[in-house]
Amino acid sequence: MSVYNQPRQRVVQLIILGMVILVVARLFFLQVIEKKYSKLADANAVLRKVVYPSRGMIYDRKGQSVLRNDVMYDLVVTPGSVKNIDTGYLCRILDIDREEFRKRMVAAIIRNGRVRTSVFAALLPPETFGRLQESMYLFQPGFELVQRQIRSYPYAAAANILGYIGEVSPQMLAKQAYSAYQMGDYLGMTGLEKTYENVLMGTRGIQYLVKDNLNRPQGAYEKGEFDTAAVAGKNLRLSLDIDLQVLGERLMRNKIGSVVAIDPQTGGILAMVSSPTFDPNLLTGSYRTRNFSKLFTDTTKPLFNRAIQGTYPPGSSMKPLMALVALDEGVITPNYGYACHGAYTTCGRTIGCEHAEAGHAANLRLAISHSCNSYFVNLYRLAVDARKWGSVKKGHQKWFEYMSAFGLGHRLGVDVPGEYAGYAIDTVGMNKRYNGLWNSCSELYVGMGQGAVAVTPLQMANAMCIIANKGYYYLPHFVQHIDNDQSSLLAKYKERHTVAHVSDTVYSSVIYGMEDVVEHGTGRIAQIENVVVCGKTGTAQNNAIVNGELKKMKNHAFFVAFAPRDNPKIAIAVIVENSGFGGTYAAPIASLMMEKYLKDTISVKRKPLMKTMLDYNTIDPIVRVKSKLDSLNGATAKMTTDEILNVYFRK
Amino acid sequence: MNDRQQIKLTQGIDWPVMGLYLALVILGLMSIFAAEHREGDNVWYNIMHLNKNYSRQLMWWGVSLVLATIIWLTDSKFFTATANLLYAFGLLLLLLVLGIGRDVKGSHSWLVIGGFQFQPAEFTKLCTNLALAKYLSSLETDFNKLRSRLIAASLALIPAAIIILQDETGLALVYFAFFLVMYREGLPGLLLVIAFSGIILVLSALLVDKNILFIIFSVITALVIYFSRREIKRSRSRLLLILAVWAFCSAFVMFIVPFAFTKVLKDYQVRRIEVMLGKENDPKATYNTRQSMIAIGSGGFWGKGYLKGTQTRFDFVPEQSTDFIFCTIGEDFGFAGSLIFLSLFVALLFRIIFIAERQRSTFSRVYAYGVASIIFFHLAINISMTIGLAPVIGIPLPFVSYGGSSLMTFTMLLFIMLRLDADRQMVLR
Repeated sequence: MSVYNQPRQRVVQLIILGMVILVVARLFFLQVIEKKYSKLADANAVLRKVVYPSRGMIYDRKGQSVLRNDVMYDLVVTPGSVKNIDTGYLCRILDIDREEFRKRMVAAIIRNGRVRTSVFAALLPPETFGRLQESMYLFQPGFELVQRQIRSYPYAAAANILGYIGEVSPQMLAKQAYSAYQMGDYLGMTGLEKTYENVLMGTRGIQYLVKDNLNRPQGAYEKGEFDTAAVAGKNLRLSLDIDLQVLGERLMRNKIGSVVAIDPQTGGILAMVSSPTFDPNLLTGSYRTRNFSKLFTDTTKPLFNRAIQGTYPPGSSMKPLMALVALDEGVITPNYGYACHGAYTTCGRTIGCEHAEAGHAANLRLAISHSCNSYFVNLYRLAVDARKWGSVKKGHQKWFEYMSAFGLGHRLGVDVPGEYAGYAIDTVGMNKRYNGLWNSCSELYVGMGQGAVAVTPLQMANAMCIIANKGYYYLPHFVQHIDNDQSSLLAKYKERHTVAHVSDTVYSSVIYGMEDVVEHGTGRIAQIENVVVCGKTGTAQNNAIVNGELKKMKNHAFFVAFAPRDNPKIAIAVIVENSGFGGTYAAPIASLMMEKYLKDTISVKRKPLMKTMLDYNTIDPIVRVKSKLDSLNGATAKMTTDEILNVYFRK
Repeated sequence: MNDRQQIKLTQGIDWPVMGLYLALVILGLMSIFAAEHREGDNVWYNIMHLNKNYSRQLMWWGVSLVLATIIWLTDSKFFTATANLLYAFGLLLLLLVLGIGRDVKGSHSWLVIGGFQFQPAEFTKLCTNLALAKYLSSLETDFNKLRSRLIAASLALIPAAIIILQDETGLALVYFAFFLVMYREGLPGLLLVIAFSGIILVLSALLVDKNILFIIFSVITALVIYFSRREIKRSRSRLLLILAVWAFCSAFVMFIVPFAFTKVLKDYQVRRIEVMLGKENDPKATYNTRQSMIAIGSGGFWGKGYLKGTQTRFDFVPEQSTDFIFCTIGEDFGFAGSLIFLSLFVALLFRIIFIAERQRSTFSRVYAYGVASIIFFHLAINISMTIGLAPVIGIPLPFVSYGGSSLMTFTMLLFIMLRLDADRQMVLR
């Protein structure tokens, strides 16, 4: 056969030769005959201009744009092309001295070499730009003005959600992930700007312009045949309600804490307030760096997104979850009662309860509405000691699995970077903490939300979604839709997560308990006219180390809620650090925000309440004195209480 | 004793192939370096810290040479014995990727093992080549029978099908290289003609209005019938054949091609083909090809000189260390350099074919032809893509492009052939 097919060797060789000749002919055409290409690459004949696309916009749920794209200019330098220019004049325009000029030049050469461009002066203030533009011809070709797009924020709110954009750093450029960027490019540094960078950035375009001998652009090269148009970034459509967000930031002024509101039916976040906050406009434009260091060093840590990074003991607001666990494991029925006489003493320690009267925990509904500590630490013990688990270690692990299913103790995966996991102790952790010797008494506080459990406000709001939906949730997220995008970026947020096998009736008994909290329990202040609100207050004790000694701090006020009871539209978690009772400090904020969201207005009757809330000041005076946060909060800066009230209640 | 063993170690190695291999890999390293190096970079630091593509490629080359040495020390019979096993293993890997693979640049074809990404689709080329050689060399195979031909074809097409499911169409295309091997082993030449006509049909269907094409076909058919009217009078089946060809061609351009373009091919693939044909003017779609052609074209006759190219250096060309590596050569070394570069490849291919023909065992011959065909397909598709002769198909240039999977696979492919060649006096089955 080999001999028979020998001539085919020649055919194969001919095919190879034929192909190579085709390639060589094409190469000859491209490289030798056609001069268009070499001209294009020749910087002396053709000016190559990078056209920056406009960055994608971000709209809230009603289609209002929460930011704008503005144009500013950078002065860039190509050190190798700087020849015979009036340095003194340029320095005068830029308001720098010759020493600074030299320093910047050297820095540019070190950073990018002589033939690549570097930013010489970033984001010129308008008046400097004006003067420069007039006399730019004096400094060309070494210096050029390059258009930059910057963001501005008409609502001056949602700084921690949106994030900011900044110049890519040399350290980032060294990484493979940033290979698409060049020195001087801007990209999202935090928040949604960072998470959705690839979507928002768009594609750079290139424009070829013919230059004359004085380096002045004379028009398109080859009628624009080689130009590549810039493709604008895609727009994001958020679930955020910017009006609700602004209201939240105003209500939280002069307080440290956080508010997270979620639409339980989609998992879309309606508002995420971290207080104190700042005006996002501070981090754009010419004074970006100066403002950033101001924010970075502020004693109240405005850059810290408490809604996803702050972890708190949930306190009593955890109790509904504990009830669900016990009900689902079948260790109690909704009719189960506990004879609490003002304290829980079975474990040899006394855990106090707010109530002592007989029958305040005669069934689950009453226990939730009276927030009976004894009842819930007892529930934890019943749940982990249940006979069917065999051992407390297995029982506790089961409890931990329930907590995980409710979204506690791990990152939820919200589309803003930097989320913290919170904490819920599992059996391994218990073994470590107690050297393997422990029983249901050891950490029974977790039943009432104290001890080895810590949650972020986002996790708490998400847990409310689970109860509101009777057993399922969507990963909380901001972006509902990306215009013209077919990628599967948002797929994980459309996926329904069902919390294992807890039945509807079980949820109902907890929900009725939470309704009672607002109807005639600790959360009465949260009532909204014509809306059935289900909520739970929490008042979490906490300690802090002050001057080297452990000191009991003022309680954190917690309030979690959802409304309306049937077909819920909003679930909310509010925490006000070191303030006091949850019913006093957190519940009104949650209630006002829910009312605003559900009814679009706030009833005039609640004006005094709102005034009280706006005036509350719970920040430690020592922290307060050192901080300049009032001037930083964009939504309330320079507004008095009455001015804010006038926005919501017209005379 | 020691001396004899040392003589033995390099005995039988084909030095021309070895030399060409070294030349190509070193050229590749130089090009990757040129694409990435910036004025003022600390080269030694980068090599030591493996933080640039060229330093990683250097490491992969080291690994490849270790593999090559192991192969060189292995007995030739090992490859015939494990050919089928390796093929099965390769298929298993491909299926595994479908299950637990990772998406990299839009294709679901990567495995991640301890921080390193690995593309099994590259590796299975080697397995398929071995299995095909094994099958064609087995005594029971009579390649003149349709059954054997179908089995041989499916050996090549099954991995290709799985790779298409991984969205790595380019690499799947390479498996058609095995038809060149099968042609050498006796597949009818008519198939080659049909394949070429098919390509021409598809191109004409895309470039010319289908109704005009239909009229052209009809006119040609009428002319053919007119001129062969005497033969037709003698046998009616000739007329039927001519009419069947006419009907098929017409149906092909009028229905099958439009159907494939709207329903079967992905949107981006259609656009890439349209870019090549000059039908698509959307700047986003044409960007890669444009920039690549500018870089190569600007090289001129003598090139700009090593490390002096402006296009590749300033990141205008995308993927310039991997799929578009030829741009660096075209720009820095110009037409003259490209010519030398291509002749290196032609020399390698011809030398491999020469080696193939001097084998006594069918196994070694088929294997060597397989190596030549795979390298040829990669070369043809990759270079054509960078100069706008073929649509953008992301496959690497053998030995030259950056990529550990690719470099290792091609090194192994080549060294197994060298091993088999050194033992060409043996008859392997």
